[in-house]
Amino acid sequence: MATVAVIDYGMGNLHSVSKALEHVSPETEVIVTADPEKVRNADRVILPGVGAIRDCMAEIRRLGVDKEVEEAIASGKPFLGICVGYQALMQSSEENNGVECLGHFDGHVKYFGDDLTENGERLKVPHMGWNEVQHDDHPLWANIDNGSRFYFVHSYYVKADQSALVSANCTYGLEFDVAIARDNVFAVQFHPEKSSKVGLQLLQNFLNWDGKR
Amino acid sequence: MALAKRIIPCLDVENGRVVKGVQFVDIRDAGDPVEVAKRYDEQGADEITFLDITATHEGRDTMVHTVEKMASQVFIPLTVGGGIRTCDDIRTMLNAGADKVSINSAAVFNPEFVREAAERFGSQCIVVAIDAKKVSQPGEEDKWEIFTHGGRKPTGIDAVEWAKKMVELGAGEILLTSMDQDGVKNGYDLGVTRAISEAVNVPVIASGGVGNLDHLVEGCIEGKADAVLAASIFHFNEYTVPEAKQYMRDKGIEVRL
Repeated sequence: MATVAVIDYGMGNLHSVSKALEHVSPETEVIVTADPEKVRNADRVILPGVGAIRDCMAEIRRLGVDKEVEEAIASGKPFLGICVGYQALMQSSEENNGVECLGHFDGHVKYFGDDLTENGERLKVPHMGWNEVQHDDHPLWANIDNGSRFYFVHSYYVKADQSALVSANCTYGLEFDVAIARDNVFAVQFHPEKSSKVGLQLLQNFLNWDGKR
Repeated sequence: MALAKRIIPCLDVENGRVVKGVQFVDIRDAGDPVEVAKRYDEQGADEITFLDITATHEGRDTMVHTVEKMASQVFIPLTVGGGIRTCDDIRTMLNAGADKVSINSAAVFNPEFVREAAERFGSQCIVVAIDAKKVSQPGEEDKWEIFTHGGRKPTGIDAVEWAKKMVELGAGEILLTSMDQDGVKNGYDLGVTRAISEAVNVPVIASGGVGNLDHLVEGCIEGKADAVLAASIFHFNEYTVPEAKQYMRDKGIEVRL
């Protein structure tokens, strides 16, 4: 039986992610865990996350999840970061007066700002709701129309240093990097587990993915 | 090319069953909130809100199971409101699979509860529900007050100031039910919806009094709401969610189709 480990470091609603995975692939065993051995043995690894980055990073380090992530990424097995689990892969975040992150990708997490506007209209922060995602042809976008809407909830966004890393972007007052991809790692800002059909398709694509472009 | 305005069907749930009835042509059991939520997801609803109107403890346990079931079968955001009074209540609902909880009277009786909840669980999952009614007379400057007990009890609290205070304390979203129109389906109170939406920097969901699709349009355009919540117009097949979205799009509003 194929296995996917959803790393549990006490932050966020892992129930939704694991239920969505079970829904798209009843034949995959979903393991919600922080146990390094279980993460090591899984065929695929997901790093989710909800909440404040300072608390997330503190728990990631306290539980040794940073080592598990490093090992999983180096192993070449398919790896998916979601929301704060995406942001945590970058170098640093402006949230909570500046937090150092895991630094697997060159780039930073920035605040949308309090004076965000689009077409003369003031924009609310957090960016909450369904927005259009423009994506490239990475295997995780298979059967997902370009411009499909995914569900977002966040006040901070990722900007990668090199455009080569960016697999999708989105505009909310400014253009930001919705997804990054490199080798066996893929990470998204939105919540695929809450994005109805297109979100489930992305999770299905992840479970089908061999970790190569 | 912008964020879509959200359409949110709201279900009143009592002892694990939808009350006030929901009718779908091809649904076996229209009283099961999970079946109803699934149908709304298929129709393209952007979120679902469950309002728990159960009075008993046993009923509350039933609600937790309902939320668990919904969260394992429906993959759009779920907000649960009604009877959320403590951080334990919030934790229980989030663990069951709710994405957000809506706090109403508990915020009025103890505003610090909102701060505590936001610090513990993050603002993104804390919705503060506000029931507002116009209290100014014609000719006077517009003024709206917070009401509790289903709109029966005035509190003397100014609705716009209250919304600002809730956001300062950590509310990530405001669910505004405007009740000027005595429960008749005359639409949202656009004045208070706009006043609050312009006063705060978090999304505002307009609720109350929706009788037709123009009310949804007005809520977004004149009321400047970020999302519109409605119950009965969807439940009785007066309009479907896709019809509502198409109508809104025809009026120039961004929606997810």
